[in-house]
Amino acid sequence: MSKEKIIYGVYGDDDVILDAVKAIREKGHHIDEVYTPFPIHGLDTAMGLKYSRIAICSFIYGCIGASCALFMFWYIMIHDWPMNIGGKPSFTLNENLPAFIPVTFEMTVFFGAHLMVITFLIRCGLYPGSSSKSPDPRTTDDKFLMEIHTNGDAKKIKEIKDLMKKTGAEEIKEKE
Amino acid sequence: MYTFTQNTKSICFALIAIGIVAIGYGFYSASKTHYSDAEIKVKVKELYKGLSNKNKIKKDKHHASSVYKFSHLFHAIEKEFHCHFSEEEIANAQSIDDVIYRTKHYFHAKKQRPWSSLFVSNLFFLMISLGGLVWLAVQYISQSGWSASLLRIPQAVSSFLPFGGAIMLFIIITGALHWHHTYHWMDSSLTYEYVYENTIGTDHPQYTDEKVAGVVKNKKYDYIIDGKTAYLNIPFFIIRAIIYLLGWCLVAFLLRRYSLNEDKEGGLKWHNKMFALSAMFIVFAAITTSTGAWDWIMSIDTHWFSTLFGWYSFASFFVSACAVIAIITIHLKYSGYLENVNENHMHDFGRYLLAFSIFWTYLWFAQYMLIWYSNIPEEVTYYLIRFESYHILIIVALILNFMTPMLLIQDRAAKRLKGQVLFVAILILIGHFIDVFVMIMPGTVGTHWHLGFVEIGTFLGYVGFFTFVVLRALSKVPLDQKNHPMLIESKHHHI
Repeated sequence: MSKEKIIYGVYGDDDVILDAVKAIREKGHHIDEVYTPFPIHGLDTAMGLKYSRIAICSFIYGCIGASCALFMFWYIMIHDWPMNIGGKPSFTLNENLPAFIPVTFEMTVFFGAHLMVITFLIRCGLYPGSSSKSPDPRTTDDKFLMEIHTNGDAKKIKEIKDLMKKTGAEEIKEKE
Repeated sequence: MYTFTQNTKSICFALIAIGIVAIGYGFYSASKTHYSDAEIKVKVKELYKGLSNKNKIKKDKHHASSVYKFSHLFHAIEKEFHCHFSEEEIANAQSIDDVIYRTKHYFHAKKQRPWSSLFVSNLFFLMISLGGLVWLAVQYISQSGWSASLLRIPQAVSSFLPFGGAIMLFIIITGALHWHHTYHWMDSSLTYEYVYENTIGTDHPQYTDEKVAGVVKNKKYDYIIDGKTAYLNIPFFIIRAIIYLLGWCLVAFLLRRYSLNEDKEGGLKWHNKMFALSAMFIVFAAITTSTGAWDWIMSIDTHWFSTLFGWYSFASFFVSACAVIAIITIHLKYSGYLENVNENHMHDFGRYLLAFSIFWTYLWFAQYMLIWYSNIPEEVTYYLIRFESYHILIIVALILNFMTPMLLIQDRAAKRLKGQVLFVAILILIGHFIDVFVMIMPGTVGTHWHLGFVEIGTFLGYVGFFTFVVLRALSKVPLDQKNHPMLIESKHHHI
């Protein structure tokens, strides 16, 4: 077994790379990553990526937010320092609930949004000080890059390179 | 081309038959056991006298345990008239006049019941039909591509407008003729300050606003309703209803004709015309759905008002219309039509249902919370009767209209399943019928409400009637608008 090799194909158009991804995957090759300057509609399904589970995270974070808000209200307004606001001195969470709903809603959105962004950044490895993982800085400008990992099998590498050329790659690079 | 199968027709006719039987039974049972106000007054007084002689009612008004002092009288009335009173009504009676008032109220509610159930079902389906028309107009003014291959469905939904509108006018005019008391304010005795003394007690007392010789103060005078007569008077009310209904029917008719012309001629001419008409209609609908809701729904609780009521009720009708359009689309899909409609279109229907369900809940809660917080007597009465006598329905409506869409079609994969969208759409439709029921019933039949054979039967009858009208309209024209400029976008719609 020879060493692992990575093949990069640089494309110049989003439609071209989308068709290329479909064609190469049809031939049974696994595409590891595609770097693009903007989101391309349908690319994730074409690459065969699993649907993002961030929606499930967001639901859980929302539930945490709602519970935190209700606990906060119970502690502040009912338990620690009961307050009579607007003639509603019933002093139980249940009976004063309508007054707490708007802020509970806000807290749900706040927790959902912020924790989701943090999860997303962690999952992408975008912590402060991290360096760019893109192999070619032009993918932030006008180029689209496809990355395929191979086990160094020369025949396979040639096949992939040919496929990339056929599907309209402008440049093909190889890296150990 | 959609063919309206004999099988579906038979189901519609069976449902219509159930509806006719239910509403007929409602009117029959209401007329069978009806006592006039004078009769009730005389009989209750007789019973009271009889019981007083037997010393069953304590005459001491300041007695500590006077809470249930009229309970014997109420039980005697229940036996005599075959009626039923709630614990609260019995506990809250303070005098013999209260007892007479309660008894009269019971029979008024009984007489009102079939009218109210007809009104609830008719209003619900009329406004769904209007919601379908607004939905259609929204697709045109937003230049939506995804829905281009199914626009015949909202068009067909809006074809129910003339039928529902005619029955609505019938209900309004019979109300003006005092056949029923859906609109309490139509009673002219409420808006005059004085009454001619010599006409009191006759069938038609004469009222006046001027203090002239021979008049006394009118006991029934209601200064709040009198202050609203500039807007709430019978001629203006009927004129407004006719303007709304004619306007809606005209737009529904024109949009249908334009789209048929587009099928024949092609080009962008008719599409642009529909765009312009839709834009004008949205403005007209924005005003008339609000004022229509004030007129037809909010004026039932005449003393009460809420500034966002128009939007709240329209949110209810619009989400129901989305549900109806989704149900018909899925029905057609199951029967093998609409080959261009796929799970991406279902996803959009799911988003419509979820978004407008949450919008409805938002408005429901916004209205409720402000009234609950401010706790002003003139506002809070609206929720008082609803929370005391209708709380089960409110909870069921909130579960069906908020919790089910929230939990069942929040997920992306769930929105893309026909079966799941269909299930949620049916639940939403039932939930919003209950919501409309809670809007109408407390002001018309009060605490003596039923959700029994008459109400459910009438609703089922309307389901049959509505389905028949809509599917017949759908089967008359080709199912695809073959020259709609965005058909290809709709075919390749992908999300």
